[in-house]
Amino acid sequence: MKTPIYLDYQATTPVDARVLEVMLPYFTEHFGNAASRNHPFGWKAEEAVDTARDEVAKLIGASAKEVVFTSGSTEAINLALKGAVEMYGASDHGKIKGRHIITSLVEHKAVLDTCKHLETRGCEVTYLTPDSTGRVSVEQVAEAMREDTLVVALIWGNNEIGTINPIREIGALCHEKNVLFFVDGTQACGKIPVDVYEDNIDLMCLSAHKLYGPKGVGALFVRRRKPRVRLVSQIDGGGHERGMRSGTLNVTSLVGFGEACRLCRVNLTEEIAHATGLRDRLEARIRASLDEVHLNGNAEHLLPGCLNLSFAYVEGESLLMGINNELAVSSGSACTSASLEPSHVLRAMGVGDELAHSSIRFGIGRNTTEEEVDYAADRIIETVVRLRELSPLYEMALEGIDLSSVEWAGH
Amino acid sequence: MAYSDKVIDHYDNPRNVGSLDKKAADVGTGLVGAPECGDVMKLQIQVEGDTIVDAKFKTFGCGSAIASSSLATEWIKGKTVNEALSITNTEIVEELSLPPVKIHCSVLAEDAIKAAVSDYKTKQAK
Repeated sequence: MKTPIYLDYQATTPVDARVLEVMLPYFTEHFGNAASRNHPFGWKAEEAVDTARDEVAKLIGASAKEVVFTSGSTEAINLALKGAVEMYGASDHGKIKGRHIITSLVEHKAVLDTCKHLETRGCEVTYLTPDSTGRVSVEQVAEAMREDTLVVALIWGNNEIGTINPIREIGALCHEKNVLFFVDGTQACGKIPVDVYEDNIDLMCLSAHKLYGPKGVGALFVRRRKPRVRLVSQIDGGGHERGMRSGTLNVTSLVGFGEACRLCRVNLTEEIAHATGLRDRLEARIRASLDEVHLNGNAEHLLPGCLNLSFAYVEGESLLMGINNELAVSSGSACTSASLEPSHVLRAMGVGDELAHSSIRFGIGRNTTEEEVDYAADRIIETVVRLRELSPLYEMALEGIDLSSVEWAGH
Repeated sequence: MAYSDKVIDHYDNPRNVGSLDKKAADVGTGLVGAPECGDVMKLQIQVEGDTIVDAKFKTFGCGSAIASSSLATEWIKGKTVNEALSITNTEIVEELSLPPVKIHCSVLAEDAIKAAVSDYKTKQAK
């Protein structure tokens, strides 16, 4: 067992050895530009891209024509939201569907910042507040819908807490109301069953490096049947990807992306069982030795490989400091973010600032073993115990003082 | 985040962790910060005559906060109460090589010392 042990699989994943193997020939041997239509180098590259496109499509239940390759989820999100607003929310395209967007407070910054940008361009955005487990309900979405609602943008599996939203039901509602449904599938694709048609999705982003593929590529699913969705491209120049995203394709990484998707698809059931088992094992082992451990997320609707726990009376960065030579995890603590603000996701869920500061996200993945999980749990337990001995808050809690009633001196 | 060796040392081997009897007449207790900010420091001093003969701390906060308060207790032991008041956060920043984003931890440690002294003096005045 090597340290540091990687337990940050939501942040990124290693490229699977099998993925790397299929990519290699495309660097130096079959290095053609997939858009070179007139010679074998180009044809070979194009063939490889087609294969990759098929695999991405198969993973999500789409057809190949509905897959637009991008540089990742962030770009796909920008394309989906800005592209839709420009297509449907602007009078110069002859269609004004509306400029109202519904999203939530627990979305990834790529969605939130894109929405903020669209607000400066005349869009109105409703940010739904999730429940205390970070979940948004169909009822909430229904209530927020207006005549001029253009798109609902929601995350499928939350990257910070793992909570899974009721996507299929919300999608059904959107279709009923003729509203576009964009789903951030970055953490869900390859990890839980995804079928864009069964799940009533119009637009969805996914990213290769979250599913054991290389960084730098991703895709946007753009539905072609009932409804046929059209977008205004955000990157112009050559008309690649059916005019939706120009630029020479990153053939090597796309080949990797395709293979990564294929591996996820054929191993999905096994991997769900593997990740869920280890996630539950980690939580159980920690809880067996520590009290005042809080789950941030929805116990019943949780990504198989994501576990976000708060350890009361212990601050997150100090906890990480005690383990970061050995465990690679991440924290929702303000101290670990450049802005000194605690996680916006935990805040929106109503997790108090103090517990937000004590939160740790554990990500479990394909390579995680029982040995690693047990070791990680034990190191966490040790460090929490030590830090609780140092903690004035733990001392006060043991004395029976209600911390919420204390008048703090503050900064 | 790169911690200085001294911060790591204080984190691994914190000095003077613990509690003094806050009801004792010769003990001053300072409790500063707030859980919402992610930093709470409790710093206590035991005074004989004019001199701080013992100091203890407990901190809820990041590595830099723990180190700042640990260092504070180290520095004030053996000083007079008024000498302790002259310790500034800048000295703590320098000693621990704190980066700009962690300067507030040193400020809190300075506040904690002052709060402990102030509590002690208030008790003496009664």
